[in-house]
Amino acid sequence: MEFENTIGLETHVQLKTRTKMFCGCLLKTGCEPNTNVCPVCLGYPGALPVANKEAVRLTVMSGLMLGCEINRHATFDRKNYFYPDMAKDYQISENGSPLCLGGGVTIETPSGPKTIRINHIHLEEDAAKINHYAASSGVDFNRGGTPLMEIVSEPDIASADEAIAYLTALKEMLVYAGVSDCNLEEGNMRSDVNISIRPVGETRLGTKVEIKNMNSFRGIHAALEYEARRQRECMAHSMPTVQETRRWDGEALETASMRTKENAHDYRYFPEPDLVPVALSDEQIEEWRRLLPEKPEDRRARMVEEYGIAEYDAGVLSQAKANADFFEAAAKGLDRKVAKQLCNLYMSDVMALLNESGKTIGECALTPDALRSLVVMAAKGTINGPTLKELLPEVFEKGGDPEAIVKERGLGAVSDTAQLEAFVDQAIAANPGPVADFKAGKKAAAGFFVGQVMKLSKGKADPKIVGPLVAKKLAAL
Amino acid sequence: MELYELGIAEAKEGLAKGEFSSADLVKAVIDRVHARDGEIGAYLTFDEEGALAAAVEADKALNGLKGLLGIPIAIKDLINVKGQPCTCASKILKGYVSPYDATVIRNLKSAGAICAGRVNMDEFAMGSSTENSGFHPTRNPYDTARVPGGSSGGSAAAVGGDLCIAALGTDTGGSIRQPASFCGCVGLKPSYGRVSRYGVTAFASSLDQVGPMTKSVEDAALLLQALAGQDEMDGTTPPEPVPDYSAALAGASLKGVKIGLPREYFIDGLDPEVKAVTDKAIAACAAAGAEVVEVSLPHTEYAMAVYYIVAPAEASANLARFDGVRYGHRSERSEDVFTLYTRSRAEGFGAEVKRRIIMGTYVLSSGYQEAYYGRALKVRTLIRRDFEDVFTKVDALLTPVAPTPAFKLGEVLDPLTMYLNDLFTIPSSLAGNCAMSVPAGFTAGGLPVGVQFICDAFREDRLLSIGRAFEDAIGGPRLGMPRKG
Repeated sequence: MEFENTIGLETHVQLKTRTKMFCGCLLKTGCEPNTNVCPVCLGYPGALPVANKEAVRLTVMSGLMLGCEINRHATFDRKNYFYPDMAKDYQISENGSPLCLGGGVTIETPSGPKTIRINHIHLEEDAAKINHYAASSGVDFNRGGTPLMEIVSEPDIASADEAIAYLTALKEMLVYAGVSDCNLEEGNMRSDVNISIRPVGETRLGTKVEIKNMNSFRGIHAALEYEARRQRECMAHSMPTVQETRRWDGEALETASMRTKENAHDYRYFPEPDLVPVALSDEQIEEWRRLLPEKPEDRRARMVEEYGIAEYDAGVLSQAKANADFFEAAAKGLDRKVAKQLCNLYMSDVMALLNESGKTIGECALTPDALRSLVVMAAKGTINGPTLKELLPEVFEKGGDPEAIVKERGLGAVSDTAQLEAFVDQAIAANPGPVADFKAGKKAAAGFFVGQVMKLSKGKADPKIVGPLVAKKLAAL
Repeated sequence: MELYELGIAEAKEGLAKGEFSSADLVKAVIDRVHARDGEIGAYLTFDEEGALAAAVEADKALNGLKGLLGIPIAIKDLINVKGQPCTCASKILKGYVSPYDATVIRNLKSAGAICAGRVNMDEFAMGSSTENSGFHPTRNPYDTARVPGGSSGGSAAAVGGDLCIAALGTDTGGSIRQPASFCGCVGLKPSYGRVSRYGVTAFASSLDQVGPMTKSVEDAALLLQALAGQDEMDGTTPPEPVPDYSAALAGASLKGVKIGLPREYFIDGLDPEVKAVTDKAIAACAAAGAEVVEVSLPHTEYAMAVYYIVAPAEASANLARFDGVRYGHRSERSEDVFTLYTRSRAEGFGAEVKRRIIMGTYVLSSGYQEAYYGRALKVRTLIRRDFEDVFTKVDALLTPVAPTPAFKLGEVLDPLTMYLNDLFTIPSSLAGNCAMSVPAGFTAGGLPVGVQFICDAFREDRLLSIGRAFEDAIGGPRLGMPRKG
């Protein structure tokens, strides 16, 4: 019998707010344990939570990006469980009436585009961090109370590849909207996965297994592949899947049972009486909708259309919003031919400089105006190609106005024909050997003279003009 | 008249006129506590040095008219005052020192009040007699064989026994009003959201309110003025403007005031002496020109059941944090995380607290939640609507506060009978209205009995005005009688 996978993801995304979810503690990392805390995030007697409005806004923005319906009356709930990582021994979350409902993420699959439906997005607070030592354990509440948005997908994902495509698309959108850095290494984006298998053609879902503890896309991919295989093997041996939570072991590369359904928590959810519902007006939501950034996929299409650049290039540029923003700021108003040249320069030289330096475009000294000026000067013939390639790394590293630099150092291309002709004549006179070669039929010798003229002009001649000039003079000999 | 007998208004006046200093006032209270509290047990701790130092500072400020400057206020032991213990009368918080001020304390301090004495209560405000204190019971200053009521029994005994000028209590289902009635003081439970709960250790978050416990309605107005208002640290306080409560008392009169008597509150089980005092109060209102009418709050009979689902449910989560991990009692017999929790909590909590945590956990459990908690929320809405309807017809309701006067220590052993103490105070807590217990008379044996006035939410101005006029109708503040004890 042939089986198919049904996979759903629960993705926790750390929101890029200034302060924690329910108190005024700043969101920062790298502090001494338990120094970035207050009575609220430590769950001291009498302390009360107040919902972070910016976290609400970012969650709604995410919902709007993903086409969700926005709940005008979302409510918080208490999720009760005893564990040292939760100061109050309950977590404030949204269970019954979350902020965003429905929506979806479109991914590319080998058989064409596919939409993974979103069930809902809810807002909650992160737990503290538990550190284990040789003979004891410690709790660091600095992370406790960090705003988390949980995006819960429908079980529409059919493979590990699709899961990664979904997460990649999600990450791209959230980074784009400024909702989160989605930095996996720092735990900004963490996913639990639910996977079951069923015979092809069956419409009911199989018994699901939840897998936790994967901290990279690669880990998620490996865990899903492993678990899909394990469940098939169980089926093959007539051992039906048990509903349980399993833990991914990234070293052994296998999943292991954590707890079965019988031992599942009863979280005793009930409405959080300390927080009033999040009331959102239509006007507020519309205002946020107007502030939404363009979706990456829409931007790609528009950039191809507007600047005449290749689809591949538009794709690469728009992967990081900063690159696309930079490119567009530099290319604005240029005619398509020049814009394309700018794109080529960005894709090859600028990207290479970014890679070498390990910097982002926002961190280097290059500005959109400087890049634009370089490309325009080259297009006009004010500077030649080699000068462009020489100036770019310098401006990338140190900044400055390329036009001023060209003027100051006299790097402008020599395009005065009389001057160039004089250089050609000088080169021919000084090199009888190669002249003889040319005359003997070695047409390649022409290149030698171009090089000589470039040398005589100290690199400022435009090889595109020198070439024909040399050809003309040699032919006339 | 001794200085410790004064209320807020009288103390303010004396300070302003320079008749005595804040230091004199604080010393008088401290001496009185030394003389009398051994028998009553109203206080858990009293920072005498801190209080005297604050009094000296207040005297330097030379402005006796400002708010509550230089006036000592006793604080119920679940309200956080930075640097002071805050045990909630529970062994689980023994030795705990609060790292921050509650908003009400910040408000009191900025009004110049001195918050140095902490008064006893039923553990975590669960109880109606202060016998559930994890440390010692408090006795009624009118008869030390009897309870002061609860849970704000320490506050009521301190006010009623003149062991303070005024006190803060908290009320979840009657915890200000019932002890106020038992100890002959005024106890006002503000509308839900009128006073910030930030820094007030939570029992049942959707019901808890801090309120004044004072020697007169005028004092309640003065103290509420300092407490009330929106607080950005408590999202359940709405941006409702705070009226000038003292101004609302000017020319207070019952003439033309429509007072409703909810028929569901005048039940057979009412103690005859309580009934007699209540009837006399009704007659006094009518004689003062009030229009007294019978009204109905049809869902009253479900209030007790709803309360004993909602309050324990919220409490079961609110008290989860007392787990021995970060603060408070940690069992020495803990072997791992699980026994750290179970043994610390088993050793730290008293029987009533455990009972309510178990009840609350049960009603929220999967499979039972809809039948209990879900349904209780729906009935709570019906109870709230009862009040909304009735306040379109009358200005205020007048009811008994509790079915009996103060009972003897150890007399009520059955929890269910104890719960009945709050029969008349619970419905308005569930609805979120404001309500106040005002002394109305005495039993033959000399025990004070109050009556309860209830007004629509955020109409404390009207409630205080009616209460003030009632005082006059019944013989003046403190019933025109010298204090007892």
